Amino acid sequence: MEQLWIDLAAILAAASPLVIAAMGETLSERAGVVNLSLDGTMLLSAMTGFAVALLTGNLFLGFAAAALVGAAVAAVLGLFSLTLGQSQTAVGFVLALLCTDLSSFLGAPFARLPGPAVPFTPIPGLAELPILGPLFFRHDPVIYASFLIVPFTAFLLYGTRLGLIVRALGERPAAVYARGVDVNRWRYAILITGGALVGIAGAAFSLDLKQGWSYRHTFGSGWIVLAIVIFGGWRPWRVALGCYLFAALEIIATRSQSTLPDIPPQIVQVAPFVLMILVLALVNLASSPVAVWRVTRLPTAWQQPLLAVITRLRATAPAALGQPFERP
Amino acid sequence: MREERLQPLAILTRPLLALTAAFAFTTLVLLSTGVSPLEAYRLVLFGAFSTPVRLSDMIMLAAPLLLCAVGLSITFAGGLYNLGVEGQMIAGAIAAMVPLRLWPDWPPLLLWLLAGLSGATGGALWALLIGVLRRYAGVSEIFAGLGMNFLASGLVLYLVLGPWRRRTSASLSGTDLLPLELWLPTLDRLRLAPAAPVIALIGLAIVWWALTRTRWGLEVRAVGLNPAAAGRLGIAAARRMAETLAACGALAGLAGMIQVVAVHHALIPNISSGIGLLGLLVALLARADPRWLLPIVVLFASFTVGSIQLPLTLGIDSAIAGVLQGALVLFALASRARR
Amino acid sequence: MHIAVEHLTKRFGAVCANNRLTISFAAGQIHGVLGENGAGKSTLMKLLAGYISPDEGRILFDQTPRRLRGPGDALAAGIGMVHQEPLDIPTFTVLENLLCAAPPGVFRSQRAALVALQELAERLGFLIDPSARLDQLTVGQRQQIEIMRLLLCGAQVLILDEPTTSITAAQARALFAALRQIAAEGRTVLFVSHKLEEVAELCHTVTVLRNGQVVPPGQLPMPQPQEYLLSLMFGEVGAAPPIYRPLPSIDAPPVWELRHVTVRSGTLQLTDLNYRFAAGRIIGLAGLDGSGQQVLLRLLAGQLAPEQGQIVVNGRDLSGAGAIAFRRAGIEYLPADRLHDGMIGALSLADHFALLQGKGVLVDRQAAEEAARQAIAEYQIKATPITPIAALSGGNQQRAMLALIPPDARGILAEQPTRGLDVASARAIWNRLQARRDAGCCVIFSSPDLDEIMEYSDEVIVCFAGRIGPPIPRALLSAGRLAELIGGVGFDALVATAAS
Repeated sequence: MEQLWIDLAAILAAASPLVIAAMGETLSERAGVVNLSLDGTMLLSAMTGFAVALLTGNLFLGFAAAALVGAAVAAVLGLFSLTLGQSQTAVGFVLALLCTDLSSFLGAPFARLPGPAVPFTPIPGLAELPILGPLFFRHDPVIYASFLIVPFTAFLLYGTRLGLIVRALGERPAAVYARGVDVNRWRYAILITGGALVGIAGAAFSLDLKQGWSYRHTFGSGWIVLAIVIFGGWRPWRVALGCYLFAALEIIATRSQSTLPDIPPQIVQVAPFVLMILVLALVNLASSPVAVWRVTRLPTAWQQPLLAVITRLRATAPAALGQPFERP
Repeated sequence: MREERLQPLAILTRPLLALTAAFAFTTLVLLSTGVSPLEAYRLVLFGAFSTPVRLSDMIMLAAPLLLCAVGLSITFAGGLYNLGVEGQMIAGAIAAMVPLRLWPDWPPLLLWLLAGLSGATGGALWALLIGVLRRYAGVSEIFAGLGMNFLASGLVLYLVLGPWRRRTSASLSGTDLLPLELWLPTLDRLRLAPAAPVIALIGLAIVWWALTRTRWGLEVRAVGLNPAAAGRLGIAAARRMAETLAACGALAGLAGMIQVVAVHHALIPNISSGIGLLGLLVALLARADPRWLLPIVVLFASFTVGSIQLPLTLGIDSAIAGVLQGALVLFALASRARR
Repeated sequence: MHIAVEHLTKRFGAVCANNRLTISFAAGQIHGVLGENGAGKSTLMKLLAGYISPDEGRILFDQTPRRLRGPGDALAAGIGMVHQEPLDIPTFTVLENLLCAAPPGVFRSQRAALVALQELAERLGFLIDPSARLDQLTVGQRQQIEIMRLLLCGAQVLILDEPTTSITAAQARALFAALRQIAAEGRTVLFVSHKLEEVAELCHTVTVLRNGQVVPPGQLPMPQPQEYLLSLMFGEVGAAPPIYRPLPSIDAPPVWELRHVTVRSGTLQLTDLNYRFAAGRIIGLAGLDGSGQQVLLRLLAGQLAPEQGQIVVNGRDLSGAGAIAFRRAGIEYLPADRLHDGMIGALSLADHFALLQGKGVLVDRQAAEEAARQAIAEYQIKATPITPIAALSGGNQQRAMLALIPPDARGILAEQPTRGLDVASARAIWNRLQARRDAGCCVIFSSPDLDEIMEYSDEVIVCFAGRIGPPIPRALLSAGRLAELIGGVGFDALVATAAS
C-alpha cells in the first residue's frame, strides 16, 4: 500500500513539465494558434535554462531565461504566421527542427555536466498528513506550480472575461474583431504567454525532473504534449489527466523493468509513447461518427448511456484553430 | 504572379533576402561559440566536395533524402503534412530485411528486387495506417504520423534487441551485418553504390511526370486544393489522399531499403537518421515543385556531410548544419509572405 | 443620434461602390435603404459601421465628423451593426456572448449583465433564456440577442442588414415591434432590405441606391408607390412578365424515384419520402432556411444516404451508393458556395475540363483548353482558359460551374443558383438552366427568394419544419399562397389532400 502512494506521488512529479507545457499549448490553441514548435522549444529552453542556471548559479535566472526563450520562439511563430500569413503548421514544424538543432549545437559544451537543481521543499505541517502529505506536499516548487496551473488555466478560460475573449478568438475571431478587439495583437499576447509556459516546462526538465543537459534531453515529450492537448479536447482538466496518464505509463514502464528483466530498457523508454498514442487513437475512434452510427444500430436501451459516453469523449477543436484571421 | 514574371529582379530579391537572413542567423549562432564562422562555413558548404570519399557519402545521403522529399511532394500536392515519413522509412527498412533474412542464399539480384518491393510495400502499408486513422478515427495526419513514428521506433528496437539480435549478444548497434554479397555493389574503395542514386533519380522522374502530366496528378492537386469541390467534380477525394500517402510511404520505404542494403548493411535502431524529417524541410523549401527537389537535396545533403568534420576539426557540434537548413526554410517561408 | 455622410466615396479596384454619397438619417426614426444587389448598400453600411474606411468624404455623428478605425471604434461612437448571419460566438451561452469583449464598465458583474438583459428583453418583447447555447438557437433568436447586446453596449444607431432573410414570419413581427420601440426611444434604425413590403410597413423614410449613388438625391418620406420605388431600384426596365408553359406529360422514366425514404442530417429527419421527379421540368424548393430543402438536395445528390427506403436514379437503385455513383448516373449538384465546395479556386477552367476528361492516363491539355474556350464563348464567361477560377466574379464563376455540367447530365440540383448575383447574371444563369430543362433535364433548385421560385419553377415543393410537401404545379399557386405555406399556414391540409 505504501508503495502505491509513492508511485502515485512519482507520477504527479513526473508529469509536472508536461502539465505546464500542455497548459501553455492549450491557451494558445484556444486562441486559435497551433504552436507546433513545442518539442523544439522545450529542448532549447531546457538547454538555456540549465546553462544559465549553471553559469550564474541562480535557479530563478535559469527559469527566467527558459521562459524568455519559449516566449521568443512563440513570437517568431507569431511573426511568420500571424503577421506574414504563412501556414502555422509549416512554420511550427520548421521551428521545431531548428530549435532542436540549436539546442544540440549550443548545448554541446553543457552536456552531462552536473548543475544546480530545484531543491526538495516539503510544505511544513501539510507534508505530515497521512496519504495527502506524501502525495501532494512532499515535492518541490515546480511540481507545486504544476498542481496550481491546471485550476488556474481552467479558471482563466471559464471563469474570467479574459477567458471569454481567449475562447472567442479561437471560435470566431470575426466576432471579437467586431467588438473592437485587435485579433492578431491578442493572439500574439496569448501565444507568447503560452510559449513562456512551454519554456518553463523545458527548464522543469533540465533543472528538476531530469536534471542536467544531454542531446535531445526531453526525448520527444513535446510531441506527446501536442497530441495530449488535442485528445484532451482543449479542456484544461482533461488535458492534465492525459499528462498524468502518460506519466503513469512511464512510471509503470520503469517499475516493470525490475519484474521483467528480459525487456530491453530502450523498449521500456519507447513503450509509453506507443501506448499513449494507441490510447488516444482508441478514444478518438470510440467517439468518431462511425461509432455513433454503430451505436444507433444497437438496441435502444443501450443507446442512451453509450451516446452519453461518446459525447463526453468527443473533442471539438476551436472552430478557427490554425486559420489566419483576415479583417472582414 | 504575372507581374512577377515580367521583373526578373523582383523574383530574385526575396529569395536573396531569405538567403542572407538565414546565413546572418547561422553566423550569429556560430559566433556565439567563438569559432571562426568562415572556417566553419568552409567545412559545411564545401566539405562534402573536398574528397571523393566525402562526395560519395554525400551522394549516399542524398539518394534516400531525395526519395523521401519526392514522396513528400506528392503528399504536399494532396494537401497532407506527412510527418509520419520517418516511420514509413523505418517500416520500409524492416520490410526490406524480411526477404534478406529469410532466403540469404538466393541470387543477390533477385533479393535486392524482393527487398525493394517489400520495402516499398511496407512503407506504403505503414502510411496507409495514417490514412485509416485520419478517415475513420478523425485523427489529423500530423499526429497520426507522429504516433506511427513512435510505433515504428518501438518496433525496430524490439526487433534489433529481440528476435533479430546479433548472434553474439543483443546490441543497440543493430543486427548482424548482411553477408557481403548482399551489399549493393559499391565503387572501388568508396562507399558509393551507384544503384542508389539511380533509383532515387528514377523515382524523381516518375513522380515529376505523374504530378505534372497525368490526370491522376491533376486530380491529386485538385484534392489538395479543395477536397469538397474535387469530390463534387467526381474525384474520389478520400481515395486520392490514401493513394498519395501510399505513394509517399512506398518511396520512403525504398529509402529505408537503401539505408539497409547500401548504407548501413544492417538494421540499426536509428535507421532513418532523421532523413525523413529533413526531407520534409526540403519539400517545404521546394514548395513541392519537383524541379527544385534535386538541387535542394544535394545542397542539404552536402551541409550534413560537410558538418560531420566539425567536432574533430573545430570542436563544435555538427548540428549547425541542421540550424542552417532550418533557418533557410524558415526565412524562405517568410519571404513568401504576400506583404 | 443623427448621422450624415458627405461626398462619401469608396472604390474597389475599378468599381466605384459608393460614388459621392450625401445623405442624412434623423434620430428617432426607422430609415429604409433599398437597392438591388451591387447597388452599394452593403458598402455604405460597412463604411458607417467602421469595417472599411472611405476613400473620400466624411461621416458625421450629430454634426461632428468622426474617423472610424474599426467596428469597435464605431460601437464606441454608438453605431452597432446586426449582420445577416449574426456575428456571435456559437459555442457560447447567451450571457457569455453578452459579456465577451464588452466595453469596459458596461457590466459591473455577471449578475448586473443578467438583470440588464432581462429588463431589455422584456421591454422589447423578446423571450430569451440567458443560459442557452447560441448554436442551439434559431437565427431569429440570435439576431434578437445581437440587437440587445449592441443596445446594452451603448449603440444609439442600429444597422440591420437584410434581417428578415432567414427568420420566421412570427420572428419578423416581433423584430418589427422591437425596432419601433427602439426608434421611439430616440435611437436611429437603418433597415437595409430589398423587400418593398417590409420597408413600406416599417420605415419612416426610404433611401434608394443605384450604381453607388442615391436616386433621386436625398431621402424620400414613406409611403411611396411601389412601382415608383421599383423603377428607382432597377431603372426603367421592369421585369419581363414570365411566360408559363404547359407541363410535358410524364412518359419518360423519372430521373429520381424515392420510395419510402427516411433520411437524417443533424437534428433534421425527413421521413417516408415518396416522389417521382420527371425529366423536362424545373422544380423549386421553397421554405425557410433549414426547413429540409438542403437535406433533400443532398439526398438526391447522393451525399446523404437514406436510412430506410429506396432511391432509384434513372431506373437504377442507388440506395446507399456514394455521390460519385450518383454523378456517374448523370446527377449534377451545384452547391451555393461556389468556391468553397463547387470549384477549385486555384485551378483554371481548362484544368477543370481536364479533370472531367474521364479517360486516359495523361491530361490532354489541348483538348481541355479547347473545351474551355468553347465554354467561354458559349456561356459568355469573362475569363481566359487559364485564368484561375478564384479570379472570376461571382456571376462568371456560376456560369463556369454550369458550363462544367456534362452534356449528358439528367438531373441538376442547384442550391440557391443565383445567390449573390446581379439581375443580369441571374437571368443569364436561368436561361441556361431552362435550356437544360428543355433538353430533357430535371432541374431541382432551392432559393430563399420567393419571386425566383414563382418565376422559374414548373412545380413548387414547399418545405416546412422538416416536412416536405407534395409538388404543386406553378399555375395553381399564387405568391400569397406560397408565402402562407412556407409559414406553415395550410400546410397540413395540403399534405392531407395530396395523401388522399
